[in-house]
Amino acid sequence: MNAFVDPAGMSGHSGLARGEVLLRVDNVSLSFGGVKAITNISFDILKGEVRAIIGPNGAGKTSMLNVINGFYHPQEGTITWRGQVRRKMRPYEAASHGIARTFQNVALFKGMTTLDNIMTGRGLKMRKNFFWQCLHWGPALKEENEHRRKVEEIIDFLEIQAIRKTPVGRLPYGLQKRVELARALAMEPELLLLDEPMAGMNLEEKEDMSRFILDVNQQFGTTIALIEHDMGVVMDLSDRVVVLDYGRKIADGPPEEVQSNQNVIDAYLGVPHGN
Amino acid sequence: MAIFIETVLSGLMAGVMYALVALGFVLIFKASGIFNFAQGVMCLFAALTFAGIMEKTSVPWPIAFVLTVAVMVGVAWAVERFVLRHLVNQEPIILFMATIGLAYVLEGVGDIIWGSDVKVINIGLPSGAVDVLLDNFDIYLDKLEVFAALIAAVLVGFLAVFFQKTRIGRALRAVADDHQAALSVGISLQTIWVIVWSVAGFVALVAGIMWGAKSGVQFSLSLIALKALPVLILGGFTSIPGAIVGGLIIGVGEKLAEIYVGPMVGGAIENWFAYMLALAFLLFRPQGLFGEKIIERV
Repeated sequence: MNAFVDPAGMSGHSGLARGEVLLRVDNVSLSFGGVKAITNISFDILKGEVRAIIGPNGAGKTSMLNVINGFYHPQEGTITWRGQVRRKMRPYEAASHGIARTFQNVALFKGMTTLDNIMTGRGLKMRKNFFWQCLHWGPALKEENEHRRKVEEIIDFLEIQAIRKTPVGRLPYGLQKRVELARALAMEPELLLLDEPMAGMNLEEKEDMSRFILDVNQQFGTTIALIEHDMGVVMDLSDRVVVLDYGRKIADGPPEEVQSNQNVIDAYLGVPHGN
Repeated sequence: MAIFIETVLSGLMAGVMYALVALGFVLIFKASGIFNFAQGVMCLFAALTFAGIMEKTSVPWPIAFVLTVAVMVGVAWAVERFVLRHLVNQEPIILFMATIGLAYVLEGVGDIIWGSDVKVINIGLPSGAVDVLLDNFDIYLDKLEVFAALIAAVLVGFLAVFFQKTRIGRALRAVADDHQAALSVGISLQTIWVIVWSVAGFVALVAGIMWGAKSGVQFSLSLIALKALPVLILGGFTSIPGAIVGGLIIGVGEKLAEIYVGPMVGGAIENWFAYMLALAFLLFRPQGLFGEKIIERV
C-alpha cells in the first residue's frame, strides 16, 4: 500500500543524516505584555526522531510550537534550523524551509473540498508563474496534474479516498484531523509539528492516527514534534520527551526516564507551584 | 411582443453592467472575507484616471489603459501596506469600516488629481443601435451594451477558471477561509492581498470604462455600487457565476417591473425593485443562488 515512498526524491530537504540536530532552541523566552508564556527554554530535535512536548494545560506547549513555526517571535533566545541561526522568521518562510504543522483546533479551509485543502499544501512546490496559471494551459496544466498525482498518493496513504470531494466543514472531527495531516504531508516537510493530533478522538481513531504518525516517521523519514496529552500515546510513539510546566522546562529525555521523574509527577499531580 | 423582448434585452444588458461591478465585490469577498464598500469608488477612480490620462497627455488609449492598470496595482499595494496589514485577524466589521474610509480617500484623491468635471471616454467603442435587430424586428439594442456583455463573459470565464483551478486561486480561497492555516502552508497573506486587490482594481477599471463610455465619467458612478449589493445577495457573495446571474436577474427584473407593474403604482419601481427582491431572497435563501452554504459540525 505504501510503496510509493522515495525519501531521496523529496525536495527541499537538507542533507542532514539521521540523528543530527535538525532544530535547536536556545534560551527562548516569550511573553505577552506581562504574561510570561515561555521562560528560558532550550531543547533540540534530532533528524528522524519523534519528539514529544508534554505538560499540563497552559504550560506553553502550543506557544513553543508557534515560536518554531514563526507565528510568534520570541523576545529572547535563538532558534537554529539546519545549523543556521534564525532571527525573525515569517510563517510562510518557515513553510518554505520545510516546516509544516497542524493545529489544536483543526484549522482547515472549511468551504473547500478535501482535495482542494490538500492541494493548498502543494502551493509552495508549484513554480509556474502567474500568467501560465491564468491561462491554465500548457506547462501550468502539466504541473497541476503532477501535483494532483502526488496528492492522490497521500490520500491513499491516509485512507481518505471516500471523502475526496466532500467540503471539509461537513466531515466528522476525526476525519478533519486526518485531512489536516494530509495537507501538512502534502508539503513534504522535513519537520512536522503536530499540535494534539489525537485530541477528542475515540480509541479506534487514536490507534489509526498513531499508526499514520509512525508510518510517516518511518517511511518518509519525516522528523516529528508532537504535543499530546494521552500519555499512553506519547510513550508508544516518541523517542524523546520534553516536559514543560508554567513555561519552564522541567524534564527532557527518553519516555521511561521522564515518566519516573519526580518533577514531572508533581506537575501532573498538581503539587502547588513553587514547591 | 417587440416591447417585451426589447425590455428583456435592455434589462439583460443593464444587468451585465451591474454584474461587472458586483464581480469586483465578489473577488475581494472571496479572498479576504471583506465586504469592500470602496468597490464602486474604485470603478470611479479607475475610470477617472483612465479618462484623465487620455485627456491630459493625449496618449493612445491602450497606453492609457496600461498606465491605469499600473495605478490600480499601486492602489492595491497601498491598501495592503497601509490598511490591511494592520488589521490582520480583526473582526469583519472593522475591515468593512476601513473600506468605507478607503472609499472617501479614493474619491477625494480622484477629485484633487483629476477634477470633478464629467469626463467623456471616447476610445472608439461601438455605439448606436444594432442595425439588424432594429431593421428587421424593430428592437433597439445598443452596440456598446452588447460589447460590454461580451467583455463581461470573457472576464467571468477567465476568473472562474482562475479561482477553481489554479494555485493562486486556491490560495486566495484559503486565505479567505482561515488566515492561520493559510500561513502554515506557506501562503503569504500580503502577496495574496495585493494580487486580489489588483485583480479587483482591474475589474473595476473595465467596469468603469463601460459605465463611463455609456454615461460619462462622473462622481455618481460610485453610487452604482449600491445596486451591486442586491445583485450580490441574489447571487451569493462568494460566487462569480452568481454575480453574473444575479446581475442579469436584477437588470431584467427591474426593467420588466417598471414597464408592466410601474403604471399601476405610479412608476419609479426601478429604483427600489432590486432591494425588495434582495429582501425576499434574504428571507428564503440567505446564502444566495450560488453562494457556498457552509454546513459546519458544531
